[in-house]
Amino acid sequence: MKIVVAIKQVPDTATQVKIGGDPKAIDTAGITWIVSPYDEFAIEEALRLKEKRGQGEVIAVSLGPDRVKEALRSALAMGCDRAIHLNDPAWANADTLATAQALAAVIKQEQPALVLCGRQAIDDDMGAVGAQLAEVLGWPCASWIMEEAVDADAKSVRVGRQVEGGLEVFDLPLPAVLSAQKGLNEPRYPTLKGIMGAKKKEIKDVKAGDLGLTPAAPQVAVKNLEALPARPPGRVIQGEIKDAVKELVRALREDAKAI
Amino acid sequence: MRIELTSEQQMIRAMAAEFAQEHVAPIASEIDRDARFPHETVKRMGELGLLGIMVPEQWGGAGADAVSYVVALEEIAKACASHAVVMSVNNSLYCDPLWKYGTDEQRARFLKPVAAGHALGCFALTEPEAGSDARNQHTVAVRDGENYVLTGRKLFISTGREASYALVFAQTDRDKAHRGISAFVVEKGAPGFSVSKTEDKLGIRASDTAELVFDACRVPAANRIGEEGRGFHIALATLDGGRVGIAAQAVGIAAGAYERSVRYARERKAFGVLIGEHQMVGWMLADMATAIDGARLMTLKAASLKDAGQPYTKEAAMAKLFAAETAMKVATDAVQVHGGFGFIREAEVERYFRDAKITQIYEGTSQIQKLVIAREVLK
Repeated sequence: MKIVVAIKQVPDTATQVKIGGDPKAIDTAGITWIVSPYDEFAIEEALRLKEKRGQGEVIAVSLGPDRVKEALRSALAMGCDRAIHLNDPAWANADTLATAQALAAVIKQEQPALVLCGRQAIDDDMGAVGAQLAEVLGWPCASWIMEEAVDADAKSVRVGRQVEGGLEVFDLPLPAVLSAQKGLNEPRYPTLKGIMGAKKKEIKDVKAGDLGLTPAAPQVAVKNLEALPARPPGRVIQGEIKDAVKELVRALREDAKAI
Repeated sequence: MRIELTSEQQMIRAMAAEFAQEHVAPIASEIDRDARFPHETVKRMGELGLLGIMVPEQWGGAGADAVSYVVALEEIAKACASHAVVMSVNNSLYCDPLWKYGTDEQRARFLKPVAAGHALGCFALTEPEAGSDARNQHTVAVRDGENYVLTGRKLFISTGREASYALVFAQTDRDKAHRGISAFVVEKGAPGFSVSKTEDKLGIRASDTAELVFDACRVPAANRIGEEGRGFHIALATLDGGRVGIAAQAVGIAAGAYERSVRYARERKAFGVLIGEHQMVGWMLADMATAIDGARLMTLKAASLKDAGQPYTKEAAMAKLFAAETAMKVATDAVQVHGGFGFIREAEVERYFRDAKITQIYEGTSQIQKLVIAREVLK
């Protein structure tokens, strides 16, 4: 069974994000880049599927500049067999749709039985690429999955997706696109052997032209980024409990209009 | 000159850091208090390849370099010095000499399972009368046909109780003094080999430090590592590598204590301002950061010389000396920055303070490092 995992490289979760000199982008100086955590669930699930079936191939795909190679190498260190890097200045301003179109083009070439990705990347938090990719491919899609079971013939997959208060269970014919929610699994650490072996695995560079694509102007353009406004200081209500509670209720009702 | 880790080294460090923070740090206080060996996490370290980092894949290891080893070890030590000493002993003091001096048959039998993390190894040189004066070995190995008969006691052996294999040094020819010392692998369970006690220690309490007794213990001649009489040379060369490991452990202890101090200095207020804004505290933090950076660079330099196949005895001793002194100073100041809270177990810096002390003692005291450095300088 061939599985493609679409991943995104994002700033480390601990990053103090600063807006750059160009207010349309963040300042990337000194940022540590990682594989988006939800994408790690997708990688882990693909590797488990391959291991469970005793055969198959897991291919990591990512779109972005040169630095994205590090994210792909991390995926290879975890156990992916090879990687494809969609690396072309033509994609510099790619929005989610352009990204989905690029991914779809390379997925059509690879013809996997399954595509996995994270439910959203933790930088822009759009959560759009997975569904858009399925739409462009014309494949079924299930988002935010908590469990999956591919049938013995790799013809269909049963998934449980998170909804409020429980799981919604669907059967999807393959090929399909699934996006991973936290809780699907616990991603493995790359072993030292995996890290040392990653260097020997292939990362193929692909340009827009190689896929016969000319990325269109983005449908979504960032106009401006603004820092969150500073949080107003909290208020401690002093005095007897009895009076303080009264004051709290009054403040919630009249000042904050919260109740 | 540009000091930058390769992408593999960065990935190895990131993996070790993540594993250490998620799985080792949460249990560090408890296993220290109970002096409990952390079998579960040590086993996982083996699976991740952290116990045979520099051993080629063919012999069960990861085939990475000494720089990868020290960056990973620092991250483990930052979370828990007990885990770090188990890792250091297994990599530097057992796997390294077995790979360097063992025959292929010995590597297959005694190295592969240990490098792969299925079993642990230890290094038994120290004796009641042979600490810093390591030449003064009283354990004897008498040849008897295809065997040697070992008799003697080994003291303060790190991982001595938990190890399945011990690299043991013994006199095969007393007349030749240290040139009559040979090295043997003794397997756990060999008749006449026993662990007589485990020490109750000030620091690194979750790691086991044991006394090994050899009472007419018969060891096959096939278990001798290297030529007869080469044992002391093997021990000294091994300790060069070991010292780089302990330097990394010391840097990790210092870094762990320092990071807690910075966090505390940003939270705790006194006289109306954060304590970090008081110059006396700020200067302590500045001294800590500076010494740690120096110790780390010296450790990386010694490791990179080892990787390049260059002599590194002096650099290893310098790194170990400076890193150990740094660990003790930084951990002492970290307790001070925390004030009364630092004296309480909950703050955890007292554990770093207790753990730091051993780095000035084992694998050559700071005084012995100075002796080694002086000898190299005057060569």
